[in-house]
Amino acid sequence: MAAGPLRIGVDLVQISQVANSIDRFGEAFTRRLFTDDEIRYCGTDPATAPGRFAARMAAKEATFKALGVADGGLDPRGVEVRRSASGACSLTLHGAARGHADAAHLGSWSVSLSHEGDYAIAMVVALAGKKQESVDSPP
Amino acid sequence: MTERIRNILKEHGRLSKDAATLPEDADLYQAGMTSHASVNVMLAIEGTFNIEFPDSMLKRSVFESIAAIRAAVEQLTAGG
Repeated sequence: MAAGPLRIGVDLVQISQVANSIDRFGEAFTRRLFTDDEIRYCGTDPATAPGRFAARMAAKEATFKALGVADGGLDPRGVEVRRSASGACSLTLHGAARGHADAAHLGSWSVSLSHEGDYAIAMVVALAGKKQESVDSPP
Repeated sequence: MTERIRNILKEHGRLSKDAATLPEDADLYQAGMTSHASVNVMLAIEGTFNIEFPDSMLKRSVFESIAAIRAAVEQLTAGG
């Protein structure tokens, strides 16, 4: 794996496909991919939940790309998107994902989410250096 | 078992190739399966075979081919 002080990852997810997965598999789908807090935030409103879940799916995959482990099959729940009261989102890593980040000395993480129409996108930036729990992105 | 796996892949794998004729060792990700689709495939397999993949088996390699999926299902059903 190429080492460097800066890593980026990006991923695009089709919202209607996420809605289909939720319709087909329900909680079995969300519980395999998302933390309890993420599930609580995304909710069950069909007008908003699929887009929120899709953006978080993109963030998890983008994080795996930034870690250089997109093929490694890490637990998606090890990458958690948290949203502050102001609306800014941040990343918190757990378990194996945290272990990979620590091994690569990637201490600062930032995430930006967006969705438009049927697609949600996430971009993640990681910076080597002293560990910070999370770095908020602009709202 | 293989035919049921192929049917699941046809329904949920979003493959660019025909799951009915895909070689058993063909790379499903190369055939167009996304990570999202692989989750759907996993959940459909769990429902069809009444099994649950433990976290330790939630790896890309477990779902990379028909043969790999069959081996995983055989392992889990044998353990039941």
